[in-house]
Amino acid sequence: MNIYKYASPASFYPLAGKLIPWFAIPAALLFATGLFVGFFIAPTDFQQGDAYRIIFIHVPAAWMGMFLYILMAFYAGIGWAFNARLSSMMASSLAITGAMFTAISLVTGALWGKPTWGTWWVWDARMTSTLILLFLYIGFISLQAAIDDPRRADRAGAILALVGVINVPIIYFSVQWWNTLHQGATIRILQKPTIRGSMLAALLIMLAACWLYSVAVVLIRLRCIILEREQNASRFAEVGV
Amino acid sequence: MLRWIVWRDLMLAWRRRADMLSTVFFFVIVVSLFPLGIGPETQLLRTIAPGVVWVAALLASMLSLGRLFANDYQDGTLEQLLLTPQPLFLVVLGKTFAHWVVAELPLVLIAPFVGVQFDLSRGTLWILFASLLVGTPVLSLIGSVGAALTLGLRGGGVLISLLVLPLYIPALIFGAGAVEASVMGTSPSSHLSLLGAFAIVALLFSPWATAAALRISLE
Repeated sequence: MNIYKYASPASFYPLAGKLIPWFAIPAALLFATGLFVGFFIAPTDFQQGDAYRIIFIHVPAAWMGMFLYILMAFYAGIGWAFNARLSSMMASSLAITGAMFTAISLVTGALWGKPTWGTWWVWDARMTSTLILLFLYIGFISLQAAIDDPRRADRAGAILALVGVINVPIIYFSVQWWNTLHQGATIRILQKPTIRGSMLAALLIMLAACWLYSVAVVLIRLRCIILEREQNASRFAEVGV
Repeated sequence: MLRWIVWRDLMLAWRRRADMLSTVFFFVIVVSLFPLGIGPETQLLRTIAPGVVWVAALLASMLSLGRLFANDYQDGTLEQLLLTPQPLFLVVLGKTFAHWVVAELPLVLIAPFVGVQFDLSRGTLWILFASLLVGTPVLSLIGSVGAALTLGLRGGGVLISLLVLPLYIPALIFGAGAVEASVMGTSPSSHLSLLGAFAIVALLFSPWATAAALRISLE
């Protein structure tokens, strides 16, 4: 079997349909397990009480937000360089999930910050750069939304994503440096308590769940994008879009 | 070729002097609004001056970016420029340089006078001038990528700020940081060096990205 045949949106469409349950169902199961372990098995933190439990969604969301941006830029770059439509569609469908995770990590971070640091927001290096990452996602999504021609949207998005990827480390280090200069305004983040086994387990299960969820949702969105763009192709006539 | 492009763009800008002046006045007005909004307390003004002047410079450069390629795009010149045998890289570099001279250099020159409103010392005013001199080319270079990507799009003016402003953040941090260091009485040289390094990186990468974006936009 030639796997390259799945680079064509038309043949990838049914494959994606078959793959989605394989990711969606484990994702749901792992979310349930992770939340159970996180809420009932992991012990209460002696410093932060139960407030720390938000870590189980906060940290996986933050990781996914960063990782999906790089993945999105990778797919967009491939789509641009090799003129591969499917890769570009993948990039557009990754963008929204990535932006969602970044937003979740910011919101949960604020909710966590209030009971532990006593404030919703500090201009901490990590929070600031996550906020900027969200801005980069918004730029990518709004650029693609403003361009009517899908091929031009793909390529323009690819350039923006690649410029963003070059810029992300520079932004990260400049923010970090800026942050250390303004030391007075910041609250030092909690000294990391040694993490307990069950806490780590819950964290990893939630991370895996977020991963599988991302794959499932991205595939669903990819199918929608394929249908939208290829609706005139005869292959999809019977789907009745 | 490079010289010709720069000369042509400067000539065109000179014939529309009002555009150039409006950017400068925008900058002056925005900077002057801050004391009105915050209050005339000298110590506070001195603290916020670096950030205010730099953010106003970012916004002012945003205003003029739309014009970087739009006029040439509308009358078809840009398409002809793409067909020339010279590398597009040079065309982009020339146009970006001309944009810097027209839109950013006046801001750099007027910034020290605006800084006087914030009661900055003479040494700090020089640092403000130097940081803008090193930093504004970054704004033109990165901004040109955004201008090329949004060429001919609906609502391009607002969109370009969404794309470009987050990418400006390192320039803002180091530029305002240099001035702030000088206000605090420490050496601004490390900030200026980093700003210079960022400018060099932008000079290396962004003309390529802009050229690629122009080809995509004009397909």
